[in-house]
Amino acid sequence: MRACLGWALRGGLLGGLAFMIFGPLANLVLWAVAIQWYFPYRLPLTWGFKYWGEVFKPTSDTVAALGTSVLIASITVVICLMLAIPAGYALGRGRLPGRRLILLILLLPQAFPNIAIYFNIARLFYAVGLNGTIAGVVLVHAVHGLVIAVWIAAAAFAAIDLELELAARNIGASSLRAALTVTLPLAMPGLIASAIFVFLESLDEFTGTFFVGVPDITTLPLVMFTASLAGNYQIAAITALVLLVPSVGFMLLIERFLKAEALAKIG
Amino acid sequence: MRAERSNLGDCRLGILLLVAPALAMVLALFVYPLGMSLVSAFTAKDGKPTLENFAKAFALYGLDIVFTLVIVTVSTVLIGLLTAAIGGYLVLGAHPVAVAVLKSLYRWPLFIPFIVAAQCMRTFLAKNGIMNNTLAALGLVDVGSLSGLLDWRGIIVTFVWKETPFVALLVSGAMAALDRATIEAAANLGAGGLRILVEIILPQVAGVMLVGLVLAFVTMLSVLSVPIMISGGSPTMITVDMAFRVNSYSDYGVANALGFVSYAMAGLAAWVYLRRSVAHGSPL
Repeated sequence: MRACLGWALRGGLLGGLAFMIFGPLANLVLWAVAIQWYFPYRLPLTWGFKYWGEVFKPTSDTVAALGTSVLIASITVVICLMLAIPAGYALGRGRLPGRRLILLILLLPQAFPNIAIYFNIARLFYAVGLNGTIAGVVLVHAVHGLVIAVWIAAAAFAAIDLELELAARNIGASSLRAALTVTLPLAMPGLIASAIFVFLESLDEFTGTFFVGVPDITTLPLVMFTASLAGNYQIAAITALVLLVPSVGFMLLIERFLKAEALAKIG
Repeated sequence: MRAERSNLGDCRLGILLLVAPALAMVLALFVYPLGMSLVSAFTAKDGKPTLENFAKAFALYGLDIVFTLVIVTVSTVLIGLLTAAIGGYLVLGAHPVAVAVLKSLYRWPLFIPFIVAAQCMRTFLAKNGIMNNTLAALGLVDVGSLSGLLDWRGIIVTFVWKETPFVALLVSGAMAALDRATIEAAANLGAGGLRILVEIILPQVAGVMLVGLVLAFVTMLSVLSVPIMISGGSPTMITVDMAFRVNSYSDYGVANALGFVSYAMAGLAAWVYLRRSVAHGSPL
């Protein structure tokens, strides 16, 4: 009897949790396959993929925005890794003078709300003609992804046995060559995780693009936002699903790449 | 990194050069605009120092400031409670099936962007959303008096939905790394699960939990899409007011005064976070 009650309680709590987690996602999927749905009807009146055709036709805003988003995210990954790999190597490996001050500066973007930063960057970029350009948006996304990218890279480098690099140097490799041919390949899984993370952060970023991208740069989140506020829930839902797939995919993969315990060991 | 472990970093200047580009990026695109924001908050349109921006910000948006602080604080507390419950059950749960189910469940929203979470909730919590329909089907609410939850409650639900997995992932990781001996000793002496969680486990992971909650708190203070999409009307969060001052009036003075208010709200949290993270050398 007690066991039954226990399972009923566990089932109820887990069921409630599952409802709260998947309910909102289910509602999104419903809107994505709805053609007509309004209050007070509990379910769509007509169903179908009519809006999918509209969203994915080659001339649509969504397809153009998807292209822009992927382009921006790809450039952001390249820039972020170019900055994060050397910085992560130095933090994970080197004897860094002024380490605490450097850490403090690198951690600042995590510690303060960044919305006011974004509209001041927009003001700055406006003066130099970077507003409304791909380059401007990429810069904003890069600084946003940089902190975590540096730390994932630092964790990856710190986890590699220093002896391997020393062995390479003993047989005559320069320190640069040892770093590039021994340490870098070993750190690759961590760096790939870092790249995926930065790519996703950029793909999903809204606030910075909202201020810096106007009026010419329209990314997927901006299309979704505009459609939602205009009441085009079908289009907003389909666009949201496009953003959702890589996010959920990365979540399912994360245990392979990133362990919270591993991250906590850096430094 | 302790000095004796590294003899590669002999060239100190070389090592500094490796960090310099990343550092320059953060200085140019975070620290400098932060400075601009602080100066602008205290500067009048004619360039003279003033507190007028603050007077205007408090007069126009005083209610929103309180509203923002309440929403973000309540959300943070709820995230903390849920995180303790999830982490605690993952460590102490006696039924492997239930533990496995919980483990596979709680992380789903982890990387879902705020804007997508907002769109999900905008429909889920609407008058004819799945939430109301389910409650009505269970007989918990009356169909006639149905109203949506798209106001401050919706913002809190969205924030908690989106941020709990991140904090729970950090905290459950820290809990899994704890020494099981003390937990088992307490259990052998007859301590119940709740008592073990509160008296033995939570104190040991308090630091990690604090960092997770600070990061969630600061993130929620910066989100623009959720308050716009979940609750359009007044009162709203100050992020919306900032965007409005900038986009409609190009009024950077008042917007930056509100920005200053958001830094002040994050200030204590930021100090706690930076102190611990610099000492540990890790952002998490």
